[in-house]
Amino acid sequence: MEFAELIKTPRADNVVLHRPFYLAVEGTLCLTGHHLIFSSRRHDNAEELWLLHSNIDSIEKRFVGSLGTIVIKCKDLRIIQLDIPGMEECLNIASSIEALSTLDSVTLMYPFFYRPMFEIVEDGWRSFLPDQEFELLSSVTDEWRLSCINKDFSVCPSYPPVVIVPKSIDDEALWKVAMFRHGSRFPVLSYYHKKNGMVMMRSSQPLTGTNGRRCKEDEKLINATLRPGKRGYIIDTRSLNVAQQARAKGGGFEQEAHYPQWRRIHKCIERFNILQESLIKLVEACNDQSHNMDRWLSKLEASNWLTHIKEILTAACLAAQCIDREGASVLVHGTEGTDSTLQVTSLAQIILDPRCRTIRGFESLVVREWLQAGHPFQQRCAQSAYSNSKQKWEAPVFLLFLDCVWQILRQFPCSFEFNERFLIMLFEHAYASQFGTFLGNNENERSKLKLPQKTMSLWSWVNRSEELIKFQNPLFEANSLVIWPSVAPQSLQLWEGVFLRWNRPSKFQDEAQEEMINIIKYNKQLQAKVNALRRQIAEMGTDDRM
Amino acid sequence: MEHIRTTKVEQVKLLDRFSTSNKSLTGTLYLTATHLLFIDSSQRETWILHHHIAAVEKLPLTTSGCPLVIQCKNFRIVHFVVPRERDCHDIYNSLLQLSRTAKYEELYAFSYNPKQNESEQVKGWQLIDLAEEYKRMGVPNANWQLSDANRDYKICETYPRELYVPRTASKPIIVGSSKFRSKGRFPVLSYYHKNKEAAICRCSQPLSGFSARCLEDEHMLQAISKANPSNRYMYVMDTRPKLNAMANRAAGKGYENEDNYSNIRFQFVGIENIHVMRSSLQKLLEVSGTKGLSVNDFLSGLENSGWLRHIKAVLDAAVFLVKAIAVESASVLVHCSDGWDRTSQVCSLGALLLDSYYRTIKGFMVLIEKDWISFGHKFSDRCSQLDGDPKEISPVFTQFLESVWNLTEQFPQAFEYNEAFLLQIHEHVHSCQFGNFLGNCQKEREELKLKEKTYSLWPFLLEEQKKYRNPLYNPDFSPELTLLEPNTVSFNFKFWRNMYHQFDRSMHPRQSVFNLIMNLSEQNKQLEEDIKELEAKIKQRNAQPDAVLVKEHQQPTHPAPVALKTPPCFKKEQPLIAVNDAVRTIEGSNTADNRYSEFVSEFSKAEPAVVSLEYGVARMTC
Repeated sequence: MEFAELIKTPRADNVVLHRPFYLAVEGTLCLTGHHLIFSSRRHDNAEELWLLHSNIDSIEKRFVGSLGTIVIKCKDLRIIQLDIPGMEECLNIASSIEALSTLDSVTLMYPFFYRPMFEIVEDGWRSFLPDQEFELLSSVTDEWRLSCINKDFSVCPSYPPVVIVPKSIDDEALWKVAMFRHGSRFPVLSYYHKKNGMVMMRSSQPLTGTNGRRCKEDEKLINATLRPGKRGYIIDTRSLNVAQQARAKGGGFEQEAHYPQWRRIHKCIERFNILQESLIKLVEACNDQSHNMDRWLSKLEASNWLTHIKEILTAACLAAQCIDREGASVLVHGTEGTDSTLQVTSLAQIILDPRCRTIRGFESLVVREWLQAGHPFQQRCAQSAYSNSKQKWEAPVFLLFLDCVWQILRQFPCSFEFNERFLIMLFEHAYASQFGTFLGNNENERSKLKLPQKTMSLWSWVNRSEELIKFQNPLFEANSLVIWPSVAPQSLQLWEGVFLRWNRPSKFQDEAQEEMINIIKYNKQLQAKVNALRRQIAEMGTDDRM
Repeated sequence: MEHIRTTKVEQVKLLDRFSTSNKSLTGTLYLTATHLLFIDSSQRETWILHHHIAAVEKLPLTTSGCPLVIQCKNFRIVHFVVPRERDCHDIYNSLLQLSRTAKYEELYAFSYNPKQNESEQVKGWQLIDLAEEYKRMGVPNANWQLSDANRDYKICETYPRELYVPRTASKPIIVGSSKFRSKGRFPVLSYYHKNKEAAICRCSQPLSGFSARCLEDEHMLQAISKANPSNRYMYVMDTRPKLNAMANRAAGKGYENEDNYSNIRFQFVGIENIHVMRSSLQKLLEVSGTKGLSVNDFLSGLENSGWLRHIKAVLDAAVFLVKAIAVESASVLVHCSDGWDRTSQVCSLGALLLDSYYRTIKGFMVLIEKDWISFGHKFSDRCSQLDGDPKEISPVFTQFLESVWNLTEQFPQAFEYNEAFLLQIHEHVHSCQFGNFLGNCQKEREELKLKEKTYSLWPFLLEEQKKYRNPLYNPDFSPELTLLEPNTVSFNFKFWRNMYHQFDRSMHPRQSVFNLIMNLSEQNKQLEEDIKELEAKIKQRNAQPDAVLVKEHQQPTHPAPVALKTPPCFKKEQPLIAVNDAVRTIEGSNTADNRYSEFVSEFSKAEPAVVSLEYGVARMTC
């Protein structure tokens, strides 16, 4: 398919761009296969706006006489307005944008056409391989092994080719366990807590059904992770009710009788359209500046967004508490084990493992616990807060995870190597990107699409010093402690950097941030100077004596 | 002392206010003439000033003892369990007596002795000089003069002696106008804007009823508008909701009739009265004090309390005032009913937005002295310093501080002072430890001879101003910051956790960026000095190498250890959070505090040893 077919009017002059808190600018609008480009023609202050079509969430058009207006709402929550003279031009442009922003073939997406303008120092596709991860693990314990049972994705289509499982369980047993778990997602290692050797595993629900089917291998597998005489905890991310209802559809939960060494805790985390509606309502509330205080607070409440944040954080803290404080191993699952399960396992690691609070460690966490673990990014992030389509599989699961990380970051502002911008950047790229990292729904799809060969990895771009510097937290001081966030409603806040980003000027905040960085930089300079002077004096002393 | 029957009770438990697992500290409770003191087994002290106690409650007896709940005016809530009921009863009765003072002379300020000599005491009181302040604003001048009409408090008891009025307002006009104003509070100057030649004036409501008018009052307003050469129109802001103002007419009070006054523009701005504010705060505290609060209950409780709506109304009114002055160069007359609550809020916030001086530490003290203390905000009644009418209590000043806090959040570089400064002032408005806020007006303060018998708070705050400095403050940062134009869209107003949960450490961020930056910028000053010193040393040594040789021999000669000796981390020497540091770290280190799960208690039973400090965030206080 040629993009040109979709672009009837590739260029329009005298277009006026409106953005909140900026003066309107007149300029030229160009449409290309993947971008909407607006450039102002003013000589003194030439300005260009590049917008990926895939970032466009919805588009509205209206006419006053022959002047057409297009309102573009983006997945990163920005809203811009374009006034286009000429009804035909406007209609053409609107329909082109509509078509280009809703291409249904992945291979037509921009990552397949993007050619990087930077030097590639490190191939991000090879930065976080399971083997390296396993090497780290095997330096502290020999109870685990890498299994290649899924090397051609035949056992579990949503798992990566290699997974980490207890050493005592062979592939044949794994195969049986896979039959007993929803989508074949058998329990695999998610995290090993070096401090006490406890582990966190994740899986999908067991297929017990109404008649309480059991699977000896499944019981054996998860029991293999327990120390003699110790109990473990199963954190089910559904309410007991939902878990019980799942039995009618062939799903279910681990029965006490068959798993006597395990205690089940139900921590309900919402999924799918409930989350999507929550996002839509929240963004609606944030975008209306005219709300009086009561209306704003009741809209914020009605969105339930912060309730979801609290639920997710609480479940993650509970998992971390079981591991670190109770010295117990944990298995986390919901239904499919691709959404709320991953929120819990990844957040628990941020709380427990200092490595996950570094930039590289966090990238590795996103790769391991989200991309390789088979969170269906393409489905979940197809649309954002302005979508009208009520597709069942769209949900801001990853955004909620990032929001939870931001909440912890706010409570422990010196414990993270990355800053808020890093999280916002990941949010943007999960929804629309020139990189192939978040394309596809699992490793299987990615390998079929040959993403590593045909597209650039986000990590190749991020992990260059020019970029990294933007994402570094100047306050970072590594600490090896477990960090317990407060989940009281008074401690949780609206993530302004994402939800109010386009709704208010942030000049004063940005400048204050800069000043803060200056103070830190200045401090380092002064320290260096003092050290140099002291050294000089010391050397003078020795010279004198000689 | 006659109220104290039991001075010491042992084996008292201090419960964690929010913990669902009834976590507690055991220790000894002491009752002194001025404080209630709790020392726990690890020797940590919790001091509670009797004057800070807003309410004491004895709950029904439980198996572990008799619960005693104490609510403080600084929003601290402590929950003790006293083993024997009789001890609890004694303490309860003593606290009831001790927290309700009948006479000013019994307040802590009259016995507080900070070891200052007399001249220091006098100097302390002279620190803030309002005459100087009016001079700084540019009055007296061609249009404004100092009036001696109230020199003996004869015209208005609740105003200060020295008042600034338009030159054309003669004494008969002043007298006539004051008779037409509630409590005699006639229009006077609160702030003069030099560049715009416009003024903020304040007064109380006119006694207009349904149709009464007063020529002198009309002249007074005309004099104010004429004193402004740049705009002959002036605004009259009635800060009450229209309905309230109308209701006042039936009582012979009311508001200005635009037809009777030439060149005025009349405007209601709708801030609610002290009773609405009192119950609003009450509701807010009920919500925020709930155990196991859900997000939605919190947000709907916040909404129902109306608290943030009121804060927004106050700030919106100030923004309106500032626009009139900054954009139209028009003078503004502000009033409410008596002109000492809402009027003080709006005038002082207006001045704060207009004049960067009030955003300095000293300037903020001046602002409070001027618009709150001297103009007779009834601190004694509003903060119930003496046992009095509970209907007079209202958090009007707290709202002012909260509005300022909101501005500091929006303009992080515009203020010399930080949140701790606001919190400390709030603390002392209620502590009755210093004389500044005692009484309801200047006349009363003079009668109490406060300047001889008590001390002023300001020199103490100035002395420790290091703690109250905003490290990001930039006085000449950008000219736009002279005038602050806050954004009052609802989402900009947040719950002030550090005020209402100041003592609930488990809810706070475990590391404070603010404290870290504050210490770094302190350290930078120190390092700058070190560098000067070292450079001088090198210079000196180059000049006469032998002289210093002996001395330097004692210094380590290897560069590396020397480098290590420079404190790489200032914060290790000086705890970053000076107050309550210990308490906070221990609370933060416990998962039980965070109420992740109701299973917590069960966990603890099964394995009592799991809660150990080794894990925690114990050392993570930066």
